[in-house]
Amino acid sequence: MPAHDVLIIGAGLAGQRAALAAARKGASVAVMSKVHPVRSHSVAAAGGINAAISIDDDWHSHAYDTVKGSDYLGDQDAIEIMCSEAPAEVMELEHMGVTFHRNDKGELDLRAFGGASIKRTAYVADITGQAMLHVLYEQLMKHHETVELFEEWFTISLLIDEAGRCCGVIARDVRSGAMEAFKAKNVILACGGAGQAYKPTTNGLIVTSDGIAMAYRAGAPLMDMEMVQYHPTCLVETGILITEGARGEGAHLLNAAGERFMEKSAPNKMELASRDVVSRAEQIEINEGRGVGPNGEGIYLDVTVVPRRRTLEALREIVNLGRDFAGVDITREPIVIRPGQHYIMGGVKTDVDGRTAIEGLYAAGEVACVSVHGGNRLGANSLLDTLVFGRRSGEHAADRAAHMGMPEMDSGARLLEAEAQLEAIIERPRDGRRVSEIKTDLGELMNRYAAVFRDEDGLQAALATIGRLKEEAQKAWIDDRGTVFNQDVLGAIELGYMVDCAEAIVLSAIERKESRGAQYRTDYPERNDEQWLKHIDIALNGDGAGGPQITYSPVTITQWQPEERKY
Amino acid sequence: MAESHDRPAEPFTLRMRRYDPESGDAPYWDEHTIELQPHRSVLEAILQARDRFDGSIGIRCSCRQAICGSCGVRVNGEPALACHTHLDAARRSAPDGVIEIEPMGNMPVIKDLIVDMDAVHWKKIQRVTPWLIGKQPVPEREYLVPRESMVDVTQTMACIQCGACVSDCLAMEVDPLFIGPAALAKAYRFVGDPRDDEHFARLNDLAQDPHGMFDCTHCFKCVDACPKDVNPMGQIMRLRRIATADHHIVDQNNGERHEAAFASLIRDNGLLWEAELLPRSYGGNSWLGKFHPRAAKELISSLPTIVKALVRGKVTPMGALKPHRIPKPDLKSVQSIYERIDGRDSSSGQRFELNLYIVGEDEEPPPQELLVAGVAVEGGASAAEPPGAAEGEQPAEPASPEGSTSV
Repeated sequence: MPAHDVLIIGAGLAGQRAALAAARKGASVAVMSKVHPVRSHSVAAAGGINAAISIDDDWHSHAYDTVKGSDYLGDQDAIEIMCSEAPAEVMELEHMGVTFHRNDKGELDLRAFGGASIKRTAYVADITGQAMLHVLYEQLMKHHETVELFEEWFTISLLIDEAGRCCGVIARDVRSGAMEAFKAKNVILACGGAGQAYKPTTNGLIVTSDGIAMAYRAGAPLMDMEMVQYHPTCLVETGILITEGARGEGAHLLNAAGERFMEKSAPNKMELASRDVVSRAEQIEINEGRGVGPNGEGIYLDVTVVPRRRTLEALREIVNLGRDFAGVDITREPIVIRPGQHYIMGGVKTDVDGRTAIEGLYAAGEVACVSVHGGNRLGANSLLDTLVFGRRSGEHAADRAAHMGMPEMDSGARLLEAEAQLEAIIERPRDGRRVSEIKTDLGELMNRYAAVFRDEDGLQAALATIGRLKEEAQKAWIDDRGTVFNQDVLGAIELGYMVDCAEAIVLSAIERKESRGAQYRTDYPERNDEQWLKHIDIALNGDGAGGPQITYSPVTITQWQPEERKY
Repeated sequence: MAESHDRPAEPFTLRMRRYDPESGDAPYWDEHTIELQPHRSVLEAILQARDRFDGSIGIRCSCRQAICGSCGVRVNGEPALACHTHLDAARRSAPDGVIEIEPMGNMPVIKDLIVDMDAVHWKKIQRVTPWLIGKQPVPEREYLVPRESMVDVTQTMACIQCGACVSDCLAMEVDPLFIGPAALAKAYRFVGDPRDDEHFARLNDLAQDPHGMFDCTHCFKCVDACPKDVNPMGQIMRLRRIATADHHIVDQNNGERHEAAFASLIRDNGLLWEAELLPRSYGGNSWLGKFHPRAAKELISSLPTIVKALVRGKVTPMGALKPHRIPKPDLKSVQSIYERIDGRDSSSGQRFELNLYIVGEDEEPPPQELLVAGVAVEGGASAAEPPGAAEGEQPAEPASPEGSTSV
């Protein structure tokens, strides 16, 4: 049985960063991912990474912007750590080889981004995530002797011993279909968010809340799950993301009358207000009949105001996306966009070293909730989050591993159980529904009721439907009966993960009876600090038989008292 | 929004190459008809077939927007990303109107449309020491490097490792050990990076390798295949130019001299003179050189090909032995190009490369400022100069013959 000091699930930026950090500390490290590492969804991060590296900048300013962006729900101790460690982290990536764009002096160039009071976003054209992910993978290839890679291995469940400690996982080799138990002193979840629970979403098909659901099922509390970010600029049909970098470079948002409507809700920052603010403003234009495009469901993003040469150099990818996925040359005409599901601020609750409530289980990146994003994440803070907390988790887990023996656990029964579970899915009679149908229903449901605007009736309706979909998912049938690359059976497991995650999102959204950050309740349109300046935690206690339990935890405030939020 | 996006859904028929390694059966064709708007992608069509009719269809995919590099396949025989190919375009290029989808080539098939990229693609990537070997000492803050240099390597950084170029590399088909377009493009990402300390070692390694940079045959397949405009062949040519012109690497594969022979033959005759190519590659441009022993050896090993070409009438004995002629004025114009290039090289030691990745291809004449932006300065001395220095000597024509432009 493979056994490692640190086993990392997921090979995006958080996972790869954690692996390098743990390996540097001398730990034996394995990275397991259901796809090849460079396919991880971090690859799609476009705009850049925030760090106060300019001499005119100060990490306190970055931290303040982040706190304000979070609508004061972010934990300020964690935000201070993230922002103060950001410059060193970006420099480390630069030294590893990330090809950050330069200014005329040869220093890192910085671009403007939403919710930031100064230009502080380092970037590689608009493929920053791809560049960073590929460079980290270069490092993993370099350190192949110390970091073992299990590429295309799908994690089925966490192994928890009798004392409640995490001591490994059960996983399936996608390529051969073989199931195996992996023993580990520490497991770090770094397997991303839950975008596919929504339709449309900017997220890739692999983003199916695996880590969130596995931790939740193992008893770890989730936090801030109601906070789901809608990105203001996504293609109408497919949900494909148009980077915030476009607005950072100066692009305008226009309604049907050709007005820059952001004037109304963010007269100072205009298009570069926080994402929740911009998405809401767009949705209001659309709802009130000032939208553009088919059915008036869109808004114009006008990139033509950016000098063409600059667009071609710094926004190359969205020029291609516009041409290939919308038939629009964005350098010559506006493109129709609308808000689309993009990111989940909530996740597995962790401390600033990535530790979850389960001993030996860590989480970092989008799967985790530290909480540095609170009610709304600032653009270009997610890459930073993955690196800082990926590294911290890796280091902490390696230190912990140095002081303990390999856990003793007989995983044979659990392995057999998991094998039987998959076999049962493959053998399901064809009298229920297809996995794909249920997934579509779930995505459309979430996008309707747990979106930019929410209310009690809609959320309750969603909850009721999720209950039905959950039952259907347990009987959903598949076609593929093979073992080699049986993606069908893995899809059925992913559907189960997503249904659980969706339920936690909706329950948390029902619970929070106020409007803050990405959670806008039309029936509670005001922010209510007196009652709701606190995190909502949700957990399955014991064997989960009692259903999800909601508790609260305090928001950590260090130096910034809540104020009215204006852009 | 483009009008085509308002068009209603239409039926499209897909013919997919299926292979189930567990069945013991040979690969077979499988047809499904789906309904989608014509501008939607081949990937969406495959996924619809999978969701509606057969969940066992195997294909790797994730992002749906040509950035994760998972869904490399062949559409109607040509390598492509399924998510990056429109259905209407795919149907137009299908001889019988049925969109044919197969796994990529040059890599073993695991199941259906899924190929073993580890066995080929990633192995080759690992071959080129694919990580930065940073100059020492590592600065406290960022390395200070010219603005243009980072924009320039962004083109190769934009490679998503989809394998489309590997799939249809003709040189790799003949020599499976050829390092190949993706990995060599990756190598340029370090050779073009001023922070890297091992430019000479990298170039020498790839030049001396018999399956290295001189194995490429300029077929342009990879340039066509690449969904991200990485222009792998262009990067390989840049590696060659930097290796030979800047680092004076003379390779054991005779690659450098072979190129020089090509260039000198065109200069002398205006057209390629095949019979003279081999002797001149090995023996240099002299009468005595024709008797170079390695040329003779190479000639003997090429005899079967030569005989075949003669038998099939592709060449005539006289046509092969005598140089092809072009009219004198034409030859003069060809030679004037050489004079111009040679003159520039010797006077400034700089090469001008128009990086189409940055300026984009445009049917309209680009404004003058675009040209300035598009020129990436390369080479030892020039890289250290401030970006403005090169601008005074802009070539009047958009692309120099040595430019990294694709056709």
